Amino acid sequence: MVELVIFVLLGTGAIAGALSVIFAKNPVYAAMGLLGTLFSLGVFYVVNLGHLIAAVQVIVYAGAVLTLFLFVIMMIGVDRVEDTSETIRYQRQLVIGLAAILGVTIAALVIGGEFAWVPLAVDGPIPNGTVENIAGIMFTDWLLPFEVTALLLTIGAAGAIALAYYAPGTSVEDAE
Amino acid sequence: MIEVTAGWYLSLAAVLFSIGLLGILVRRNALIMFMCVELMLNAVNLTFVAAGRALGNLEGQVAVFFVLVVAAAEVVVGLAIIVAIFRRRESASVDELATLRG
Repeated sequence: MVELVIFVLLGTGAIAGALSVIFAKNPVYAAMGLLGTLFSLGVFYVVNLGHLIAAVQVIVYAGAVLTLFLFVIMMIGVDRVEDTSETIRYQRQLVIGLAAILGVTIAALVIGGEFAWVPLAVDGPIPNGTVENIAGIMFTDWLLPFEVTALLLTIGAAGAIALAYYAPGTSVEDAE
Repeated sequence: MIEVTAGWYLSLAAVLFSIGLLGILVRRNALIMFMCVELMLNAVNLTFVAAGRALGNLEGQVAVFFVLVVAAAEVVVGLAIIVAIFRRRESASVDELATLRG
């Protein structure tokens, strides 16, 4: 019962946030809608026993990534109006129709398929995503991907610095 | 008594993924398109966690962890690219970047 209430309330919130991302004129509102969706998903992770994942979701996504987004939005300005005219005729109508078909199809397949009747962790081992259990898997079976992740983050940080850096005193015109 | 099953979460994830896809195809602002990519990544994360719980398997959550890391790296590099483009072009609209010239 509790799970049903949580699902309905936060599921509605997640979809409303997602819709506000794509329909908001102002990017700041879009970022706030994304924040609502990410937070709702964090709660869903807790419901689905992903405790560590939920904490990481709130800290990394709702905290760091959203803050970075807001910084960039403020940096490049929120006052300019987006040109929404399409270069391809009927693209908007086509895209909306296709997205609706995709969502309904996948949802119908999931609901009508065998997977819908798998009860949520009734029998068998309970996949409780505590720090201890996650670390037990990650540092044994998934050790190599974990180490490669470190390499990826290093490359990402170096790449961001290389892209964003330009020496003081030089202008964009000098580089061209 | 209605029981919330894994199918409910997977359906919600499908809807969120479709909304993200719709946003990428409709919007022109590079930042908003980027947020839609994040939305799609998160929808997939929800399927990982829900399916992992339904199947009694913890590795779905490990996969989510790696997706989070890759998404964080992607955001850093992607936003740096957007800022670099904005510095040069004074615009974050992807339609104005169609010429493929520096």
